[in-house]
Amino acid sequence: MSITSDQSYVRTEMLTEKAPPSTNVGIIGWIRANLFSSWLNVVLSLLAMYAIYSTLAYILPWVFGGVWNATSLTECRIVIAEAIGDGHTAGRACWAVIHERFWQLMYGFYPSDQYWRPNLALILLFVAIAPVLFNGLPKKMLLISVAFPFVAPWLLWGGAIWTPLMAFMGFVIGYFVHKFASKIAGSLVGIILGTVSALLWWLLFSSAVSQGISHMIGASRMSGEIERLETSIPLQEAEVGRHQAIVDPLEGQVIAIQEEIDAAVSAEKPVADLIRTKTPLYLTLGSASSDLSKEQDMLNVMRARLTAIKSLPKDETRSQQLADAAIAARAALPASVAKLTDVKEANLGTSAEDKDQLEAALKVEGESGSLQDRIETLYQDVGLVGLKPVKSRDFGGLMLAVLLGITGIGLSFPLGIVLALGRLSDLVIVKALCVGFIEFIRGVPLITLLFVASVLLNYFLPKGTEFDIILRVMIMITIFAAAYMAEVIRGGLAALPKGQYEAADALGLDYWQAQRLIIMPQALKISIPGIVSTFIGLFKDTTLVSIIALLDILGWAKTIQATSDWNGVIWELYGFIAFVFFIFCFSMSRYSMYLERKLQTGH
Amino acid sequence: MSDSATARKQMSVSDEVAIEIINMNKWYGAFHVLKDINMTVNRGERIVVCGPSGSGKSTLIRCMNRLEVHQQGQIIVDGTELSSDLKNIDKIRSEVGMCFQHFNLFPHLTILENCTLAPIWVRKTPRKEAEETAMHFLEKVKIPEQADKYPGQLSGGQQQRVAIARSLCMKPRIMLFDEPTSALDPEMIKEVLDTMIELAEEGMTMICVTHEMGFARQVANRVIFMDQGQVVEQNEPEEFFNNPKSERTQLFLSQILGH
Repeated sequence: MSITSDQSYVRTEMLTEKAPPSTNVGIIGWIRANLFSSWLNVVLSLLAMYAIYSTLAYILPWVFGGVWNATSLTECRIVIAEAIGDGHTAGRACWAVIHERFWQLMYGFYPSDQYWRPNLALILLFVAIAPVLFNGLPKKMLLISVAFPFVAPWLLWGGAIWTPLMAFMGFVIGYFVHKFASKIAGSLVGIILGTVSALLWWLLFSSAVSQGISHMIGASRMSGEIERLETSIPLQEAEVGRHQAIVDPLEGQVIAIQEEIDAAVSAEKPVADLIRTKTPLYLTLGSASSDLSKEQDMLNVMRARLTAIKSLPKDETRSQQLADAAIAARAALPASVAKLTDVKEANLGTSAEDKDQLEAALKVEGESGSLQDRIETLYQDVGLVGLKPVKSRDFGGLMLAVLLGITGIGLSFPLGIVLALGRLSDLVIVKALCVGFIEFIRGVPLITLLFVASVLLNYFLPKGTEFDIILRVMIMITIFAAAYMAEVIRGGLAALPKGQYEAADALGLDYWQAQRLIIMPQALKISIPGIVSTFIGLFKDTTLVSIIALLDILGWAKTIQATSDWNGVIWELYGFIAFVFFIFCFSMSRYSMYLERKLQTGH
Repeated sequence: MSDSATARKQMSVSDEVAIEIINMNKWYGAFHVLKDINMTVNRGERIVVCGPSGSGKSTLIRCMNRLEVHQQGQIIVDGTELSSDLKNIDKIRSEVGMCFQHFNLFPHLTILENCTLAPIWVRKTPRKEAEETAMHFLEKVKIPEQADKYPGQLSGGQQQRVAIARSLCMKPRIMLFDEPTSALDPEMIKEVLDTMIELAEEGMTMICVTHEMGFARQVANRVIFMDQGQVVEQNEPEEFFNNPKSERTQLFLSQILGH
């Protein structure tokens, strides 16, 4: 039989599709295929299930059976012991520590009557990043995104309303200088001049202008301020009295119930219910007494300000005299010490008389300076139009981590792009600078950078420069993340085929247009997983600031453990912190997956 | 034969010079890629450049819009000399369209966006006008219905036609083709060649590196044969194919036409 004559396997018509066998589909199919496909897999699956069950059987009651109402670890243990027996006090979590210290863990020492400011800043953050993260939102929302970097710091730190405006002015000035200069001398010169002029404005002029405005307003308000204070001080005194009247009976109640508890404990009667009643009272008392002390502080501030304003004319005359005296004393100094600002700086040969004279002159200068500062502070306080200033040292808790994380992410991303482009640049010096920067920063542990920020930086800066600690830490975290970011983005750039650059060139796009429209959108898309990993790493690294005495959420955990009430709480605090960080990092990771899917265009 | 000859005659060639190359030399490191190239292309001319691989033909046309930098001699495109002056380079590039072997469409943009990008950003054309132009040229290359798809969703031939439309949207005076059909299946080569022939019939100045000898016979008014970085022979297509003068050309033609 010849091959061609047997045609039975050749289809004369196309077959229709059939459903797969029922054992291969649905839940049963899945279980069979993934869990019980062979005897070994059956055994392993059962073992794994048992392990998961026994872990959950311990953890779930611990988490969900935890105690929320108690005011110390001891009370917690008593309540747990009454519920499940003496020997098992570790079998339930003591979430009461989170309940009692929640606000500290969230905001640190940030004044509680100003919590609305970080809250509002957070809401604004979501509004501001929404149009960046998701498309399909109105383009006008981008205005909020632009305003946010100026409004948010003002909300958080407070101060005069002009401060953000002055900061914004820097960008406006930089933009116009850039536009003007690049028309005349090319884009590179334009970028450099624009940046320099903006920096000059921020460093030299912006705070002076802003202070000048506050000073003028302060001067014009000074006489009215006396009148205002004289009417409001009695009102404030009444307010303090009102708060005192709330605190006193509460205190009595708490003491009474505490005595009851103590008595019950020594009589070995159940106290869980008593502790449960005491906790809310105790927490109310806590917030009431902090309110009271706030009102008290405010009263003191008002009184001090009234005194200060009343003595202002006298102080100003005295300040003038002191300033004259300081100039005279400085002029009269012998040549060997004439330019020194500290006796310790004097040469070994300097005579004791000269040193004494220098010391006297420095003393007058110091007095004059501090009086001037005091007077200026008064003007600034009275002339404040804006929010109550909050010191950086009072920032803390989760808020600090989020603040550092967001600014780090927001700044390291563009800086990383610039560094990556610089590293790939044909300009030799730019390239060398970028490579040096990236390699140096990546080669150094973040902790050393943070120590430099907190301790060493002040030695290098000119004397008297106040450089905010949080700002310093932000800069360090940003440049640290930017160095990693640059390498991640460089990886994305390297993955792009050369043809994309050539096509962009061949169409006549210039370097920046090609980067912005063709290269970066693709390179960044490729780098999304790496970029998000860097973001997540950065966010978790913010907890390192607790090492340089900034009380972030981890720093607060240590502080709370050190108090006598909560000494010995470990799992609950760190578990809570881990949970909070997980929520943040997991949402970032999910967002990155969403973004990758959204940008998927190859099929 | 006579058909294509008459068609070729109908396409006018003016005396105006489009590209002039004078004593041009180029090296890759120490390797001398292009040796003393002299060449004049008139407006309306259709030139096919062929030669064995490594002969420098791609490098030559990539020098014409400075994707490659020449080290000696002059290249004058549309009256502007190519030098390191970025402004001149961008000006010339926006007047000279280029199609690549691997199309090099922008995969993150739709077909329409690929076509409107350069007109909008380089020519500052209003978006609406740019989109109308883009649709006009997409219709011309016969794929207007793909305008909202992404390059990754198109076949190779379609992608190359989009690439041609993308170049045309800049209304270039000269078109460079760098082996436009080498990466395509035989089925798709024809659709791209048809588009190119149509373009040639409209009088576009074209310089085309290709091995499609049928295309060369049909539309070229000159064929340039390169070997080892030099122009070995150039002639009218009929003469070139029927009566090659140099030995190297004869060998090359026997190899590509022989099977």
